[in-house]
Amino acid sequence: MTDTSHRPQTQEKDGPIAAFLRATELDPRLIGMVGALFMIWVGFHVYGEFVLGDGSFLTPRNLWNLSVQTASIGIMATGMVLVIITRNIDLSVGSIVGVTGMYMGLLQVEWLPQWLGLGHPMIWVITVIFGLAVGALIGAFQGSLIAYLSIPSFIVTLGGLLVWRGVAFLAADGRTISPVDATFNLIGGGPFGAIGGTGSWIVAAIAAAGVIWMIVNGRANRKLHGFPLRPMWAEVFMAALGLGVIGGATLVVNAYPWPKGILKQYYEGLGQEVPENAFISHGYAYPVLILLVVAIGMTILMTRTRFGRYVFAIGGNPEAAALSGINTRAMTVKIFTLMGALAGLAGVIASARLNSATNALGDLDELYVIASAVVGGTSLAGGVGTIYGAIIGALVLVSLQTGMVLIGFGDGSYRKIVIGAALVLAVYLDILYRKRIK
Amino acid sequence: MSTSNRGTPLVELRDISIAFGGIKAVDHVSIDLYPGEVVGLLGHNGAGKSTLIKCLSGAYQADSGEILINGEKVEIKNPRDARAQNIETIYQTLALADNLDAASNLFLGRELVNSMGFVDETKMEAETRKIMGRLNPNFRKFNVPVSALSGGQRQSVAIARAVYFNAKILIMDEPTAALGPHETQMVAELIQELKAQGLGIFLIEHDIHSVMKLCDRAAVMKNGQLVGTVKVDEVTDEDILGMIILGKKPAKAA
Repeated sequence: MTDTSHRPQTQEKDGPIAAFLRATELDPRLIGMVGALFMIWVGFHVYGEFVLGDGSFLTPRNLWNLSVQTASIGIMATGMVLVIITRNIDLSVGSIVGVTGMYMGLLQVEWLPQWLGLGHPMIWVITVIFGLAVGALIGAFQGSLIAYLSIPSFIVTLGGLLVWRGVAFLAADGRTISPVDATFNLIGGGPFGAIGGTGSWIVAAIAAAGVIWMIVNGRANRKLHGFPLRPMWAEVFMAALGLGVIGGATLVVNAYPWPKGILKQYYEGLGQEVPENAFISHGYAYPVLILLVVAIGMTILMTRTRFGRYVFAIGGNPEAAALSGINTRAMTVKIFTLMGALAGLAGVIASARLNSATNALGDLDELYVIASAVVGGTSLAGGVGTIYGAIIGALVLVSLQTGMVLIGFGDGSYRKIVIGAALVLAVYLDILYRKRIK
Repeated sequence: MSTSNRGTPLVELRDISIAFGGIKAVDHVSIDLYPGEVVGLLGHNGAGKSTLIKCLSGAYQADSGEILINGEKVEIKNPRDARAQNIETIYQTLALADNLDAASNLFLGRELVNSMGFVDETKMEAETRKIMGRLNPNFRKFNVPVSALSGGQRQSVAIARAVYFNAKILIMDEPTAALGPHETQMVAELIQELKAQGLGIFLIEHDIHSVMKLCDRAAVMKNGQLVGTVKVDEVTDEDILGMIILGKKPAKAA
């Protein structure tokens, strides 16, 4: 009996591309998204090169900045994936960034120093925990209204969008709070808020080991249960691809050196002269590493835990999920709590990066976050979406945004037009794609 | 009652009532089920069959009345409670999450986890392959969402889900409604097999022929009330039809 049930699937004759996709199990949509991303990158670079005489997009400096700018949107987009998969929406995330950023500003600049003294090493820790907790509480509150009072999420979070922005203003009567705690500031990135060249290679080595382990372990697991295995060349290809991406990204962030002013400041701090040919790499910025950790954590949550299963099941068929004994209301509260906490984390990064808390922090972020998730293949009809897709979606949007600035259309209006059009186009392409695979 | 000499019933629904906005969907209905027995539930659409049975499966909670399993009173407040009593339900809608594959649906709400608490996908697929090999040996589509499956294949996933977890009480809401003749025959054989294993089965069915063939007893409902319960080998098709349409119990089986 085991023999019949493990009969290999029938091999249909298909072209080299289809065979390649089948063997590597790569999502064609992922390839499409990455392709679009590269086209945007090359497009901006080439435009800069030929029209402005200065192609500045594909430079270590710009790509490094791009990675930092993507962090806060990307972090929230991973949470928005869960919200949208379960057929909800969260319009309040930008305002949650604002309100958590504002109260974190007050806490670390005006309240905690009174008790702990200015520059106390615990200030940033308490502030970050506080920011995450406030975000989570707001999310839990909104989630409860949605789950237990059956108010549509669109309305609850539309209300939240206005309410929390108002609270952010009232928190400090519209003042800007600056500068933030010196250690807290590092979370936002910048020359000192990065792990440097050596640290980056260590991170790369760990990531590479992780990729290899996943491939080897996956193969062993399939063998154990007698499932069809991927051909060896596909495994090798996937490993090479993973290592290539990790190595390439590390080379790029390490190719971006500290600017002269920072070098001077650094060596003055050490009481030394700036050596000739001094080259200190930025390496991965802290917010990018935070995004990486969040992405890995959320991917594990969505693909390896019961919680993630239930998110997909609720999105696919809420009634079936409830009949299977899943507490769909509690799940809704948990999902919005998680979204709120991630918005709080984005608030940490955004205010740290700005080195100040203003009540406009995170303004319009909700739209970028939702757009990232949707561009990244999360279906508004529910049930479908991936974490990596949302992060690539965030990269696409932030690339469009910075690219427009770089080629001199940064005054806002053109940027909005391009991003708005890109969103509609992305969703249309997604609809076409889904029709074709049906 | 003619069945009173068979010991404790597996399930006893006593005096169940449930109303939705003033409309009595189920009105003081009592019904029982013995091990190794198939009881058919018949009636027009809206007669209250599905509603009654949903009180047992945990989808609804009765306003009044009690549920006894093996003679003991139990509280069934949600589907989880029902599953804890080894009650499994195959819903008419199948209750499948269309975006998930067969294994994910089979184990929905009861995923297998490894020692680290993570969902063990390969083990679930292996188990699914095993049970599908028994129920529907032609089933091959293990790695696609169930939305890509045919009606019969979807049905077999729903049935596999009920059978896999060693149900003692099985509720089937029109299990053959969407099936072709071959698959209907397969379900009929399965019901016989499960019955032989000592399961009690509630079968909601519109087709009187199936009821006559598969069931030991038939309970007929009309307008939320129980018309009567009869042994199928003591009545004719027409008797049951009369109960459904006229709401009258045949004289000889009373």
